[in-house]
Amino acid sequence: MPNPIMNSEVWIFAEQQDNKIKSVAYELVSEGRRLADALGVALCAVCLGYQVQGIEQLVSCGADKVYLLDDPALADHDEDIYTKALTDLVRQHKPAILLAGATSLGQSFIPRVAASLQTGLAANCTGLEINPESRILLQTRPAYGGSLMATVICPEKRPQMCTIRPHVFKRGRTDESRQGQIVRVDFDKRSVTSRTKVLQMVNELTEKVKLEEADIIVCGGRGLGAAENFRIVAELAEVLDAALGSSRPPVDDGWIPYSHQIGQTGKTVSPKVYFACGISGAPQHLAGMQTSDIIVAINEDPRAPIFEVATYGIVGDLFKVVPLLTSKLKQARA
Amino acid sequence: MNVVVCIKQVPEAPTFEIDPQTNTLIRARGKMIVNPFDMYALEEGVRLKERYGGQTTAITMGPPEAHEALREAIALGIDSAILFTDPSFEGCDTLATSYVLAKAINKLGQPDLIICGRQTTDGDTGQVAPQLAEGLGLPFASYVTKIEEVTEKHMKLQRMADSGHQVIEMALPAVISVVKEINAPRLPSLRGLMQAKKAQIPNWSAQDLAVEASKVGSAGSATRVKMVFFPQRAGGSELLQGSPESQVDQLLERLRGAKVI
Repeated sequence: MPNPIMNSEVWIFAEQQDNKIKSVAYELVSEGRRLADALGVALCAVCLGYQVQGIEQLVSCGADKVYLLDDPALADHDEDIYTKALTDLVRQHKPAILLAGATSLGQSFIPRVAASLQTGLAANCTGLEINPESRILLQTRPAYGGSLMATVICPEKRPQMCTIRPHVFKRGRTDESRQGQIVRVDFDKRSVTSRTKVLQMVNELTEKVKLEEADIIVCGGRGLGAAENFRIVAELAEVLDAALGSSRPPVDDGWIPYSHQIGQTGKTVSPKVYFACGISGAPQHLAGMQTSDIIVAINEDPRAPIFEVATYGIVGDLFKVVPLLTSKLKQARA
Repeated sequence: MNVVVCIKQVPEAPTFEIDPQTNTLIRARGKMIVNPFDMYALEEGVRLKERYGGQTTAITMGPPEAHEALREAIALGIDSAILFTDPSFEGCDTLATSYVLAKAINKLGQPDLIICGRQTTDGDTGQVAPQLAEGLGLPFASYVTKIEEVTEKHMKLQRMADSGHQVIEMALPAVISVVKEINAPRLPSLRGLMQAKKAQIPNWSAQDLAVEASKVGSAGSATRVKMVFFPQRAGGSELLQGSPESQVDQLLERLRGAKVI
């Protein structure tokens, strides 16, 4: 008789915000597809929301099935409701694997789902593989601020759950002709009492592009010397359509709000290109950005540790190099 | 209001000893400190007591040496502290840790608020706080940046979201995790240091907590660490030479070649 666990599905949590599927969901679909193929099982996406647009995209990107819970109560990220809804769905269908993005929402409510299911959860993973013999998921993640990597397994409990750092996996090709099933699941909001209420949502005006979702990040550090000099890196960010980041010292000195801080005490990012301008590269900062695809370091001190992780380094005066970079990019765009 | 602050002792700048045969971590050595994020949790606990009265308690699970971390909490103004220590607690993952903490908090008598730091700097998971909330059946808010107001049954607070922040109202009792934006921790006072020195910090064992043996330590953990290794730094970084003009041109050429700009 086939082992039911062996045949159960791979699931990804497709997070939506403002009725749109977030980019991390497509990254999870691509990676989930690879894992599902390795196991020879179906890949399913789970979406909680209300009138969410682009559900079919999850199928054309690689999902065989989408479980869609469509209800006004799911429009906002009410974590009591999300925890209950996802837990119930997992209990009913018993997937083998459940992946979710390590976003603010994912890091807040996915641990509650795992606790409620009494299963394991690996946080902020950067690499996944299936062991072909045991068919167990090998989940690799940074610990100790990125100074150590650990491969974690969940040998007995199911599902095997992990949160995935956004941008680590790349979104695959879209195939509009791909066929899949969209399964509408009833959601009974009377089954949940929500104990938190969002009174107000404030979008920070300083943040034009979201750090966690940006393809390019321009980050400034202590080397900028003064609050007004942040303009230099902001201009480079603007011409590149990049998000603006900061290391810890400028935030501590009040040059820029905390929401821009990258590193162990701030956000963790993994863009395609990361420009570190006037950043020495303390381990706490490296912890938040060292999985970026390409790292460009601009610093006047050739011994700065940032050069040890940089793909391309420019030892020089950032007040000359950065504006030059900005103006050359502007010329090219014009 | 009565507040419990959960803290952990972590190595400040660890060096690692890895077993080359099994690729497992033998130990992480370093000066032991209170997890930096927990300093904000402790400070917020003390501030809430100053604003609203009540009792503050710091708790931790760890080896007997973790008493030091709890003494530091008292030096910073926390009223009392308890250590949960037992050989059987060794090897707890976040699920097992949150189970032990939940049992302990139930034994303490439920407080109005439980505060944790957003994550520890060793495990880096940020999972214990939400899992503790689930274990206690309490509501949870992560990444809290400000506690605006506390009333008898509710609190109003601000938290970080992916694209800004939210103002939320939450029923009490509750669990929150805090980020560094919430406050600037004070230094210990002389009086605090005196109190820390003479404080009686009880140890609660597995038996005191009446935990099920199958739910703690390695036995109670759903996850196992299969191997550890040092990250491969991309390294071999290319230092671009020449005048600033030429350096910038070379950089643009490489970035365009990689089709990223």
